[in-house]
Amino acid sequence: MKILVTAKRVPDPETKIKVNADGTGIEEAGIKWVVNPFDEIAIEQALRIKEAQGEAEVVIVSVGSSDSQEQLRTGLAMGADRAILVSADNPDPTVVSRILEKIVEKESADLVILGKQAIDDDSNEVGQMLAQRLGWPQATFISELEIADGGGSATCVREIDGGLETLSFPLPAVITADLRLNEPRYASLPGIMKARKKPMEEIDAASLGIELGRSVTIVSVEPPPERAAGRVVKNVDELIAALQGEAKVL
Amino acid sequence: MGNVLIYGEHAGGNIPKATAVAVGAAQQIAAASGGDTILALLGNDLGGVKDAAAQLGATKVVCVESADLEHETADIRTLTMKAVAEATGSDTVVFAATTAGKDIAPRLAAAAEAAIASDVTAVNDDGTFVRPMYAGNVFATVKLESDFKVVSVRTTAFEPVEGAAASASEDLSLSIEKPGNAVEFVKLDATVSDRPVLTEAERVVAGGRGLKSGENFTTVLEPLVDALGAAMGASRAAVDAGYVPNDLQVGQTGKVIAPTLYIGVGISGAIQHLAGMKDSKVIVAINKDADAPIFSVADFGLVADLFEAVPELTEKVKALA
Repeated sequence: MKILVTAKRVPDPETKIKVNADGTGIEEAGIKWVVNPFDEIAIEQALRIKEAQGEAEVVIVSVGSSDSQEQLRTGLAMGADRAILVSADNPDPTVVSRILEKIVEKESADLVILGKQAIDDDSNEVGQMLAQRLGWPQATFISELEIADGGGSATCVREIDGGLETLSFPLPAVITADLRLNEPRYASLPGIMKARKKPMEEIDAASLGIELGRSVTIVSVEPPPERAAGRVVKNVDELIAALQGEAKVL
Repeated sequence: MGNVLIYGEHAGGNIPKATAVAVGAAQQIAAASGGDTILALLGNDLGGVKDAAAQLGATKVVCVESADLEHETADIRTLTMKAVAEATGSDTVVFAATTAGKDIAPRLAAAAEAAIASDVTAVNDDGTFVRPMYAGNVFATVKLESDFKVVSVRTTAFEPVEGAAASASEDLSLSIEKPGNAVEFVKLDATVSDRPVLTEAERVVAGGRGLKSGENFTTVLEPLVDALGAAMGASRAAVDAGYVPNDLQVGQTGKVIAPTLYIGVGISGAIQHLAGMKDSKVIVAINKDADAPIFSVADFGLVADLFEAVPELTEKVKALA
C-alpha cells in the first residue's frame, strides 16, 4: 500500500500575523515556519497505518518554494519513507490540487491523507478538489479511520456540525484529517539522523503539463477591524450591572 | 448575466439558519449581476422541506429527488449540483460555510473548473469577495478569475432575507449516475441537546482549559449555560484535553460564532480561538490571569477564580429571572 501525505510550510500557529506595509501580503520577517499542524496529523495517521499493515510506503509531498525542504525533512524525521518537493510559485488551492493529481498518478498512490485545512490561507479546499480530479471518494474532517479488506476499503468517522458521521468507501480515496484523529509524534533524534539520508526528489511544476495560473487573485489584504477597548469589572455584581445597564444584554 | 444557485441544507424536515443566510448572501451577489436567486434542494422524498424552502426569499426553489440523494455525500451531490447549475442557467453557486458546504463546494469547483472563495465575509459591488486568512488576522479581497464561480459564505457575516414573498417551486428531473466507487453512508451519531444550536445562539458560554476537567464543564459551567438559556462552547485547548467533544470547539478550526453575548470562562484567548468569536456583540471574559490575551478583546473582564465567580454569577442570573 502506498500512502501519499502532504506537508505545507506555514507560519507557526502562535505567531502574531501582521499585514505588510504595502497591503499586498503579510510581514514575513521573524516568522518561524512549521509543518501545517493538520498535515502533521495526516502524516502521523499514515505512519500508524504503515505500522499496523507492516508493508506500506509513506510518501510526503510539499508544493511551494524550495524552503519547504525543511518541512519535508520534519516529515521524514517523523518516519515517512521519502519526500517529493514540487516547486511552484505562489500556487492557489486549485493549482495545488492539479499538481497533486499528477503526483498521485505518477506514484500510483492507494490513499492520500491531507490536513483538513492549512492554517495560513484557511481555505479548506485542496483535499476535496483533489478527490474530484481523481474521481475518488472523499472523507473530510475525519476523527477515526479504519482500513479494511487488506487495504481495499476504509471506514471513517467525520466530525460534522450535527455530530459524528460514519462513511465507508473503497480505496483509493482522499481523506482530510481533523484535530482529534491522533496526536502526532515528535521526531526522535535517530529519526532526524535517518531523515538526512532519505531520498528527496525535486520536481518543477512547470514540467507537469498543467495550467499553473491562479484562478483566484488576491487584490489586497487588510488587517481586521480593531475592537474598542473594554474595561475590567471588580466583581460579579458590577458585571451583572454592566450587562444589564450599559450593554443591555441581560 | 447568469443566475445565482444556493445549496439548500436540510435535516429532519428543517432548514438551518445557515441556508437562510446563504440566500441573503446570494441576493447580494445577484443584485450586482442582475440574475435570479435559485435555491436547490436535494434529497430523497423532500416532503414539507419544500414549503419551508419557499419562505427564504429565493426567486425560485428547484427540487431534485432521488434515492441516491438520501444522504449528504459529496461525490453524488457535486455531480447533481453541477447539473442543476447547468439546467438553471446559474453561473455562481453559493454554499453556507458549514461542514456540509465546506465538504461539497471545493469538489464542485474542481468539477466545473471554477474559481472558489471559501468562508466569504463580504460581497463587494465590483464582484470581488472578502475572506479571512491567518485565523482572521488578515482579510483578503479576492477576485475569482473564471466565468463560473463557487462561493461559501460565513454564516455570521450575512443576514437572512426579511419579509420575503413565497418562492415558486419546481421539480427537476435529472439522471445522475452514481459512481461505482461512491461513498456509502453508514450512520450519524447526532449530538442531542436541548440547548440552542451553537452557531445560531443569541448567548454562548464557552469554557477553556481553566476548567481543569470535563466534570467541571458539567458541574460548574453548565448551570450558568442553562441559567442564561445559552449554547455551550469550548476552546481548542479544552477539546484537545478531552474535556468536551470537538463539535463544541469555537475558533479558526472549529465553529465561527457571533452571538449577542459571549462569556469566555477560563479561556486564555489564543489567536485561533479569538478567530471564532471576536465578532460577538458583547464579550465577557472571566479568567484569573489578568494578562490573558482574551481581555484585549473583552468588553467586560472579570479577573477572578472561575470556581468562585461562575457559581456566584449563576445564582445571581437565576435570581433575575
